[in-house]
Amino acid sequence: MFIEVDGVEKVFEVRKKTGFLKRERRQVRAVDELSFTVARGEMVGYIGPNGAGKSTTIKMLTGILTPSGGRLRVAGIDPSRERTKLAHRIGVVFGQRTTLWWDLPLIDSYRLMHRMYRIPDARYRENLDRLVELLSLDTLLDVPVRQLSLGQRMRGDIVAALLHDPDVLYLDEPTIGLDVISKSKVRDFLRELNEEHGTTVLLTTHDLQDIEQLCSRVMVIDHGRLMYDGPLAGLHEVGESERTLVVDLERELPPIDMGGAARVVKVEGPRQWLAFPASESAAPLVARVAAEYPLVDLSVREPDIETVIAKMLHSLGDTPKPPSDRTTA
Amino acid sequence: MGEVTRLGEGLRAYRLIAGMWIRSSLTYRASFFLTLIGNLVVTGLDFATILLMFTQVDRLGGWTMPEVAFLYGLSATAFGFADLVFGSLDVLGTRIRDGSFDTLLVRPAPVLAQIGADHFALRRLGRISQGGLVLAYALTAIDVDWTPEKVLLVPVTVAGGAVIFCALFLMGATFQFVAGDAAEVQNAFTYGGTTLLQYPPTVFGKDFVRGVTFLLPLAFVNWIPAAHILGRPYPLRLPEWTAWAPPLVAVAGCALAGLAWRVGLRSYRSTGS
Ligand SMILES: Nc1ncnc2c1ncn2[C@@H]1O[C@H](COP(=O)(O)OP(=O)(O)O)[C@@H](O)[C@H]1O
Ligand SMILES: [Mg+2]
Repeated sequence: MFIEVDGVEKVFEVRKKTGFLKRERRQVRAVDELSFTVARGEMVGYIGPNGAGKSTTIKMLTGILTPSGGRLRVAGIDPSRERTKLAHRIGVVFGQRTTLWWDLPLIDSYRLMHRMYRIPDARYRENLDRLVELLSLDTLLDVPVRQLSLGQRMRGDIVAALLHDPDVLYLDEPTIGLDVISKSKVRDFLRELNEEHGTTVLLTTHDLQDIEQLCSRVMVIDHGRLMYDGPLAGLHEVGESERTLVVDLERELPPIDMGGAARVVKVEGPRQWLAFPASESAAPLVARVAAEYPLVDLSVREPDIETVIAKMLHSLGDTPKPPSDRTTA
Repeated sequence: MGEVTRLGEGLRAYRLIAGMWIRSSLTYRASFFLTLIGNLVVTGLDFATILLMFTQVDRLGGWTMPEVAFLYGLSATAFGFADLVFGSLDVLGTRIRDGSFDTLLVRPAPVLAQIGADHFALRRLGRISQGGLVLAYALTAIDVDWTPEKVLLVPVTVAGGAVIFCALFLMGATFQFVAGDAAEVQNAFTYGGTTLLQYPPTVFGKDFVRGVTFLLPLAFVNWIPAAHILGRPYPLRLPEWTAWAPPLVAVAGCALAGLAWRVGLRSYRSTGS
């Protein structure tokens, strides 16, 4: 297996001031007995509520943090022991943290990568041309990074993380705060990277659409523990989450009757909201509505990730514990 | 990886990153030259304070003006080199707090080289040139029977002193792994250290001199070798050979600081989101 995580733990000791010169020491178990493997070429979505331990996991996988316990291997390398060796094999993108040089033209950051990673000239040229074209940055190479938009900068960071042909790419919240166009460019690109290049991808996200459009496998983490590992559809089933079909009719009508396939949750004039199981395709439902009702327009809304996860955790019988339960004084 | 290849890798990374910072600072050309000039003026004023003192007294702790200038030149030049190389280590705390230290750790280069080259600034050459000028003046003005041994000791002292200051910078940086806001402590030791070395050891109390000899080995930066060259009594009546000890102290200091750095780095815990 390319990534092996076996019983990995990370405990942070936190000191909090509780009074004059008095400090209380607590232990926060950010990652708890975590085990999973990822095969070469997989694209895995890693999701969970805020503070679940996603970033901590990625920091351990990249060698930034040393695990408190358990065993970790990436490409056969123990990340925290051989951090610099591993660096040649991995690419990392932190959503809210750019590694590009603020005052210099974008291309200068890439030239630095070229030399720092000792990328052979021909390969550097080839990779740069390909990446820059796929992410539509060709015209921006000579622009100082501080003048780029957030979405452009994020795409610029993705290029920087891939110039040395890493086997695996970690992305921590890569689409956070991006505009719709940048989001879809990033997604298209990641899909292509995974399919054409076979790069293993592990991404954390808050956007269910990222997962839906990209990942055949999703892992859900909560309070540092792995709660679910499988296909996205399975997650919907476990959590019985629902998507919403928003229907605009020609005129005000009584609630649409679709039998057991969907139920109307809201009516507002000619507009009606129908909830249906997220694990099912919308197509048959749309066809039926269109056939039986005077339809003007419609759209499908995805459930948001927090709702899906909350439902899933609830149905697994996990009552989320307040953080204080996990700490020892 | 062997230590030698690691050192090579480190120097290479240092050069690459320092180059990027120089280019960055040149994008604001006007401000680059203004800070360069400002730096020269400020460090120049530093020595002027000492000159000013000698308008009131003939001797300071028994030392003449050229002799004090000699102390100043040795210490300022050594400090200037260390400051050029490692002066940015005090940004470590900020880098840790804002999370950007993480991004250095995923690069295939020793992180010490990367953080050392952080915010590399050529304006720091100002300090070296000023120290060098004072040293050059002092060398012509002091009354010494120069022997080959004494001549050789001058560059050895400057190099040893620079490395001792580097070790101090590194030690201070290591503190920032423990306390994120320890940059002030580091600066107190380094900048404070070079300031006190501008004065002869004879103006300080014995216990204090002991402290900066055996605890923080600042005395080896200039006091002891200068005493030897000038034919003055050594502070603390140290044995004659200690004038040649700066390189040894420098190596020992670096080994110790390097070890501490590794422990600190190992305990690095990043920052929660
Ligand atoms: N450096 C740190 N020091 C102390 N606590 C931390 C640190 N990093 C993370 N934590 C804690 O560990 C838990 C998991 O954090 P994180 O991995 O950042 O979560 P996520 O990325 O899923 O939002 C949180 O409770 C967070 O407060
Ligand atoms: Mg996070």
